[in-house]
Amino acid sequence: MRLSRAEYKEIARWTEQLRPTRQCMKILKDRYPHHSQSTLLSIFSLEYQKRTKRTMSRHHVPDVMERYYQRYLSETKVCPTAPVLLELANEVDLSPTLMARIILDRFLKDMDGGMPSKTVLNSMLKEPSLIQDHILANNIYQCTINDCCYGPLVDCIKHAVGQEHEVLLRDKLMERNLSFLDENQLRTMGYDKTPDIILEVPVAVEGHIIHWIESKASFGDDHSHRTYLNEQFWSYWNRFGPGLVIYWYGFIEELDCQRDRGILLKDCFPTDIITLCHATQLEQMSESQKEDKE
Amino acid sequence: MAALLESVLLRKVDVDKVVDWLKSVQEGEKLSFSEPQLAIQKQEFVPFLLNFLREQSSDALTNGPATPAKTPSCPRPPAQTQGFSDKTSCRSAGSGLGSRGGSRVQLFSPAASASPGSESDAVGQSGVSGVSAFCSPPWSTGWSPASRPSGSERKHAQKVCLGDYMVSPPELQSSTSSQTHKGRKKSAGSTPVGGQTRHGGGRGGPQSDEAGGRRSARGGGHGRMSEQVSPSTPAHLNFNNLEDFPPVGSCPVSSGTSKPSRRINPTPVSADRPHSKPKTCFTSTPLQKASSPPLGAEPLEGLGLTAVGSPMSLKEERELLKREKTKLAQQAASLSPFSLDPCTPTKTGSGAESKVTPDPQTMCPEPCRVTFSSDLDVLAELYCTCISENLVPNVYLELFFVMQLLTSRSLHTHNDEEQLSLCSEDVLERCYLRQVHNCVYFAVKVLENQFQLVAHLDKCTLRLLAENERVASFSPDLKDRLSQAQNRSTAKLSPSASTFIHSVPFQPATDNRSNFGSDKAFHTFKKQRDIFYEALREWEDLHKEPGWNFDAALGTKIRGMMSQLTSAGNHSHFARLFLKQLVQMCKGPRTSTLSVDTTDADLLGMLGADSLGRLKRLEERLIQPHRVVGPCPPPSFPGHQEFFRDFIQTASCKTLANFTLKGNSKTIRPVWNNGSLANFTLKGNSKTIRPVWNNGMANYKTLINTNLGFKFLLFFPHYLQKIFNRTHRFSFIIKVNICYPTLRSASLLIKASQITSFNLNTLNLVEWFQMPKISFEIILHLTAELEVIFSTPPACRRLQLNRHEEMCYLNKLLLVSVLGWLFQIPVIPEDIFFTNEFTALVKDEGSATGSAGLDCIPLVDQQLLYTCCPFLGEFRKLLAAFVSGSAAKSGGIIRKITPTSAELKGTPTANRSQQKLQVDLEQAFFHNQPPSLRRTVEFVAERVGSNAVKHIKATLVQELVQRGEKMLRDGLQSSNANSSKLNDSICAQLCDVGLEALAKATRFCDEKSPDAIRILLPVETTPPVLTTSENITKRLAAEKACIWLSANITEALIRREWKSRYDRVKKALCGPLAPDSVDADSAVVELVRQGQMNTPRKKQERAMSCPPLCKHNASLPSDVLIEIKEMLSVAAGPRADKELPTGPQLTTLLQRVANTLECRKFLTAVSEQMLQNCTVLLACKLVSGELPVRSSSRRGGVAVDPGAGSEPSVSDVLVQLAELWERGCCSSAPLHQLFTPLTVAAVLKASDTEKKNYLFLIRKLVDKGILNEEEVKSYWRKLTDLTLPAELIENFQLQSQSIKLSLPLAEMQSCLDMLQVSHQTIEGAT
Repeated sequence: MRLSRAEYKEIARWTEQLRPTRQCMKILKDRYPHHSQSTLLSIFSLEYQKRTKRTMSRHHVPDVMERYYQRYLSETKVCPTAPVLLELANEVDLSPTLMARIILDRFLKDMDGGMPSKTVLNSMLKEPSLIQDHILANNIYQCTINDCCYGPLVDCIKHAVGQEHEVLLRDKLMERNLSFLDENQLRTMGYDKTPDIILEVPVAVEGHIIHWIESKASFGDDHSHRTYLNEQFWSYWNRFGPGLVIYWYGFIEELDCQRDRGILLKDCFPTDIITLCHATQLEQMSESQKEDKE
Repeated sequence: MAALLESVLLRKVDVDKVVDWLKSVQEGEKLSFSEPQLAIQKQEFVPFLLNFLREQSSDALTNGPATPAKTPSCPRPPAQTQGFSDKTSCRSAGSGLGSRGGSRVQLFSPAASASPGSESDAVGQSGVSGVSAFCSPPWSTGWSPASRPSGSERKHAQKVCLGDYMVSPPELQSSTSSQTHKGRKKSAGSTPVGGQTRHGGGRGGPQSDEAGGRRSARGGGHGRMSEQVSPSTPAHLNFNNLEDFPPVGSCPVSSGTSKPSRRINPTPVSADRPHSKPKTCFTSTPLQKASSPPLGAEPLEGLGLTAVGSPMSLKEERELLKREKTKLAQQAASLSPFSLDPCTPTKTGSGAESKVTPDPQTMCPEPCRVTFSSDLDVLAELYCTCISENLVPNVYLELFFVMQLLTSRSLHTHNDEEQLSLCSEDVLERCYLRQVHNCVYFAVKVLENQFQLVAHLDKCTLRLLAENERVASFSPDLKDRLSQAQNRSTAKLSPSASTFIHSVPFQPATDNRSNFGSDKAFHTFKKQRDIFYEALREWEDLHKEPGWNFDAALGTKIRGMMSQLTSAGNHSHFARLFLKQLVQMCKGPRTSTLSVDTTDADLLGMLGADSLGRLKRLEERLIQPHRVVGPCPPPSFPGHQEFFRDFIQTASCKTLANFTLKGNSKTIRPVWNNGSLANFTLKGNSKTIRPVWNNGMANYKTLINTNLGFKFLLFFPHYLQKIFNRTHRFSFIIKVNICYPTLRSASLLIKASQITSFNLNTLNLVEWFQMPKISFEIILHLTAELEVIFSTPPACRRLQLNRHEEMCYLNKLLLVSVLGWLFQIPVIPEDIFFTNEFTALVKDEGSATGSAGLDCIPLVDQQLLYTCCPFLGEFRKLLAAFVSGSAAKSGGIIRKITPTSAELKGTPTANRSQQKLQVDLEQAFFHNQPPSLRRTVEFVAERVGSNAVKHIKATLVQELVQRGEKMLRDGLQSSNANSSKLNDSICAQLCDVGLEALAKATRFCDEKSPDAIRILLPVETTPPVLTTSENITKRLAAEKACIWLSANITEALIRREWKSRYDRVKKALCGPLAPDSVDADSAVVELVRQGQMNTPRKKQERAMSCPPLCKHNASLPSDVLIEIKEMLSVAAGPRADKELPTGPQLTTLLQRVANTLECRKFLTAVSEQMLQNCTVLLACKLVSGELPVRSSSRRGGVAVDPGAGSEPSVSDVLVQLAELWERGCCSSAPLHQLFTPLTVAAVLKASDTEKKNYLFLIRKLVDKGILNEEEVKSYWRKLTDLTLPAELIENFQLQSQSIKLSLPLAEMQSCLDMLQVSHQTIEGAT
C-alpha cells in the first residue's frame, strides 16, 4: 500500500495517543478500516519506536527508575495480583517491556548487589519463570506479553514475518523462472553485503533494470527508508548495480524517487517484469503479428 | 605555388597534370611548369591551396561557426620560390601567416607577425632536437592563470566540441584574429609577448588583413621577434573582437588601448554574426582545453572574463540583442527579394524554405547564380585530390570547412555587376567563394567527390545532409546517395548512455573475505567502498550547485577514509576499485550534465530536421539566450573525470597513485606482452583470421581504455606536488613509462608502423599530448617518441583514402583522423606535416610489410571511429545549427572511450620439469601448427583447469564439510567432548580425504577438455592433430588444476570452508541463550542451562523437511504467533471475560499450530522454538486456571467442567497439547516450564480441578513417553530443592517416589495435596 506522505503523517499523528497494548490495534483498525492490519501495525510500531527513542532518556534517569521501582513495590504490597507494572508503564507512556526491564534490572541489583548480566536479564524477560519473585515474574510476563511493539515474542514475530516474506519472494521468483542467489548462498560465497536476492540474470521491472531484490516486511517511512538506504540499499547498489526493494506493508510513495539512480520501490511482487529472452520473444510475436496483418 | 594555381586557373596548365602530380606516390617529386622553369613541391602547394580557399571564403563564412583556420604556409620556402611575384608571395604569406606565431594555440593561426619562412626555419632545422625548444615555453606559458576558467564556467564548459580537439577558435568568425585569443593567454603568462595581441587584432578587418600580411611577410627571423614584442599600432585593432577587449582588469597587456564602452561580456554577440554560435565548433585547442592549473591556485582574474551570469552583463546583452534584432529586421526588409525567393522545393514540400532558411535575411543559394563555375570545378578537383591523397593535415578539418561553406549564410548583397567588378583580372584575386551560391556549389562538388568519406559519418549527420535543401537543389543525385548511405551508417553519436552511473561489481573472486589479510581489513574495505560511492553520489547531486566545493563538502570524509587505508592489501583493493570505477564512468561519451546533444540526436531521429528546426526555435524562445560557453576553454577533465581528479587531489595520497599505477600496468602489460598487438602478424586465409580478429579487437579496446587510466596516472604527480617531491615525481613518471610501452619505446612505434598497426600507437600518443600540463620531466622522456611522431606524416601520407589497398577503409580513416587530430595539438610543430625530413625513417620498412598487420583486419567499426574521434560529432552540430538557426547548443561530447573489463589473471607458472621430454615433444608439435592452435589449447586448458578447481570446491569440498558437520554434531552430543579438539580432528580427517580432489580434478579435465577443443578448432583439423591437441589440453588443464589444488586444497578450500561451517554449527548448537562465562550469574545461569539441558535430548533430531505431499498451505508462523500471543496476553490479563477463548477456539488454534509446525517452508528455528514455547506456556496457563475456558453456551460464564456438553473440555485441549508435543516437530518443546515454581505455585493456588488437570497432563506426558518418570522426579526434586522449605522436601520426595508409570489418579491427588502444603510455604517465603 502506497501512502502519500500527508496520509502517513495523519496516521502517525493519530497514533501518538495510543499505547502499545493489544487493544490499540483494534482502535487503529476501526479508525482506518481501509488499511491492512499489518500496515497499520507496522506504522504504529515505527512511530512508537521513534517515540520511545525520543522519550527514553526521560525514563532512564536513576531517580526516575528508582521512583518506578518503589512505586511498583508499594503497589504490589497493597494488591499483589493487580497488573501494577503494566498500568505504571501506560501511565508514564513507556513501553511495558522496557518498563519491565527497568524494574527487573533494579530488582536483580537488589538481589545480588551487582549489575545483572544482559544475558540473564534477557533470558528472564523471555522466560519470567526464572525470576524467583513470583509476583514480579507475573508482572513482567504481563508486560512483555501485552506489549505489541517490544518484547521477545514481538521480536520473534517480526523475524518470522521477515523470513516468511523472503520465502514468498523466492517462491514468486521461482514461479517466474528467474534464477537467483539468496542471502545464504551469497554469504557462503563471501559477499560482504548481501541483499535477500541477487538475480543471476538481471530483469527489467517497469522499465528499470534490476540486479537484486530486498524484501522488507515493514512499512517504508522516511526514517527507516533513509536508514536502509544508507546501510543497505546503496551498499547493494555499490556492489551489484540497480535493484528493487519490496516494502510488503507499503511505503510513502514520495520515497520512490531514486528509480533513475537504481533503487526501485514496490509494495508487492512486480507484475511488469521483462526478461532477456522474453523481450525477443515479444518482438518475434509482434513481428509475426505484423506479418499476419500484412 | 600561387603561380601554379594561377596557371591552372588560367588553363595554362592542365588540371589533370596537377592532379596526377598530387597523386604521385613519389615523395618529394616536384612539378615543373610554365615559362620560368620553376618547380614546386607538394608540401608547398597544398598549404597554399588550403589557405587560398580559406581566404576566399572568409567573407562568405561570416555567419557560421568559426572557420577552420588557415594552413601554415610551406616550411622553409625553397630558394626558387622566392622568385615569385611579390604579390602572390605576400598574399600567401598573409593568408598562411602565423604558422608559428609564437604559440600553438591555433594550428593555422594567421598571425600577422609571423613569418613563415623564418619560423619554419627555426623548427625545421631543429627538427626533432628542437622539441624541447618549442615544448617548454608553451607549457610554462600556456598554463597562465588567466586561461583558467572560473568555477562555474568550467562546469558549464564541460561539453567539449570538435574545436577543442582541433583548432583554436577565431572568437569571432570571419578571418578575424583567433591569434589574439592565444595572444591573451600568452600575455597573461610569464613570457613578455603581449605585443602579439595587437598583431592578432591587426588581422581583424579585411583591409588590415592585407596590410598585416604584407608587413609580416617582410619580417623574418629576429625581425619578427622584435616586431612581436613591440606593441603594434591601435589602428589594427579589431573592434569586433572580444579578445581584444577583455573586461577591465582581466587583461594586463591592453594598456595603451582605450576600452570601448560597448564591450559586452561575455556572450560574444557581434553585429557581424547575429546567428553565429562561436566556440561551438572547431574552437579552442587542446592546449587551451587542457589548461587548468591545479585547483586552489585558481586566480581570480579568470572570473572577470567569464562572468556569464552577472546581471550587469545580462542587461547589456539584452540591450545589444534588441539592437541587433532591429538591425536584422531592417536588413531583412532590404533583402526581401532574396529571402522571399522560393527555394527549390524538396521532398518536404511547402515547408521547405522555412526549413533551410529559417532566417529571413539569409539569402537562398541558387545554382543559376553561381559564377566562375568552371574555375570552381578546377579548385574543387584540386582540393579533393588533396583530401583523398591525404595531403592535408586533417581530413575532417577540411570536411568541416566544406560543410561550413555549404551552410554559409552570406549577407553580401553585391549584385552580379558589382561582383564582376570586384573580380580583378588576376585570377587569384577573383572572389570565387564570396557569394553563397558559389560556396554551396563548391561544397556540393567536394561532397560529391568525397562521398566515401562523407558516407562514413553518423546517421544523424547524413540525414541532416540529405535533408539539406542546398544539397538537394545543387545536386539531387548527391541527395539520393546520402539518403541511401544514411541507412547503411551504423555509427551513433551518443550510444544510449544509461541514465545512472554503474558501480564496479563485487566479485567474490577478488573481493571476498579470503582476499583480505584480516577481518578488520575486510570490513574496512567494505566501509570504504560505501563511502567512496556515497561521495560520488553526493558529488553527482550537488557539484553543480553554486558554492559547492569538493574539498569542503567531501574532504573530511575522503581523507578520513584514506587514513583508514593502512595495509598495502587495502590500498591495492581500493586502488583497483578506484581505477575500475574511473574507467567505467569516464569511458563513454557521457556527460554529467544533461546532454543537449543527446536530446538533439534523439529528437532528430524522431522528428527529422524540419521539425527539429521548429522545435529548436521554440526552445530558443523559451530558453534564455546566453548558453554560449565563454571564451575560456573547456576543462580537461570533463564529466565524471572531474570527480576523480578532485578525489585524487583531496585524498592527497601517494600510495593511491602507486597502487593505481600498479593496477593499471597489470591490465595493460599482458596485452602488450602477449604480443598480440605489437608483434601481431597474420597469415593464412580469411577463415583462420576470425578468432584472432576477435582477440585483437578485445585487446585493442582494452588498450584504448587504459589510456584513460594513463591520463590520470600522469595527473597524479602534477596535482600532488605537495606530497610528491621532485625525485618522487620523476621516478613515478619513469614507472608510468614502463607501464606504458607505447611511450617507453620509440622503436616499438616504428615497429608498429612496420606492421601498419598505426592506429593504436598513434591514438595513445594523441592522448598523451592532450595531457594537461605536461611537466618538463615528462617531456624529456618523450623526446624519442616525438621523433617517431614526426616521422609519421610521410608514413601517414601513404594512406591515400581513395585507394583500395591492404588497409581497411575505416582503419585508415581512423588513423587519418587521429593523426589529423595529432597535428592540431599545440606541442606538435604545425608545419611538421609539410616537411619531408623524416621520410626516410619509416619509408623503407613500410614497403616491406604491406600485406599483413592488424590494420588490415576490419578492426575499426564506425562506432569505434566515433568513439575515438568524438569531434566527428561536430558535423552534426554544424548542420543542425544551420537547420535550427542559431539554436545549436555547444557541444556535449566527451572523447573517451570504451570500457575495460579485461581482468587478466597472471598465468600460473607451471612446473613441467618432470616430463621434459614430453614437453619438448609438445613444443615440437606446436611448432609446425598454426599459432592459433596453441593459443586455443592454452586457453582451453586454462579455463578447464580453473573450472575443475571450481567444480571441486562446489562438490567435493561441500560434501566434506557436510560430512564434517555431521561428525561435529554427533561428537558434541555424544559426550562432553572438547569442541576445539573435535574440530581439529575432524579437520584433519577432512583434509586427508580432500586429497582425492586431485584425482577428481584430473578426471574432470579429462572429460571436459576434448569437447571444448573440438568446438574451438577448425573443422578441417585432422584427427591426429585433434587428438593430440585434446590430450595436451587434458594434461595441461589437469596440471594447472592439480598444482593449484595440491597447494591450496587443504588451506584455501577445506580448512577455510570448514572453519566457517564449524563456527556456524557451534553457534547454532549452543544457541543464543548460551551464557557467556564471563559475567555468568552462577545460580541463575545454572538454572537457565538446566532448563535447556533438561529438555529431552533423545528427541532432539528435528524434522528438517515438510511431510510428503505438503502443500505448504498451513498458516504462517507469524500469524499463528500473533494469535497465540493474543491468547497469552488475555491469559496474563488484564482482560474482559468476553475475551476468554472457548474450547473450540483453543482446539482450532492448536490444530493450526500443529499444522504450522509440520510444514517447514516458512518456519525458522527461531519461530519454531517460539511456537513450541508458546504452546507450553498456554498449557501452563490452562492447568493453572489462569486462562479459563469460556463455554460458548453460557455467555460470559466460565466453564471448567470437563464433562459438560460436547464442547472440548480443558482436558481435551491438554490431550491435544500432549499429542502435539509427541510429534517429531515438537520434540524440543520447553516442557520444563511446566515444572517451574511459578507454574506449580499457580496450580496449587487454583482449585482442585486445575490440580487434577495438571496431574492429568503430567500423566499424559509420561504415558506418551514424552517425559520419563525419572525426568519428572528430577523436576520435583529441583522444585523442592530450590524453593520449598526444608521440612517439606522429605515429604515431597516421599510422595514423588510413589509416582509410577501406572500412577492412579488418587495417588496423584495425594501428591498434589502435598504440594498444596508447600504452596503456602512458598507464599510465605516470598
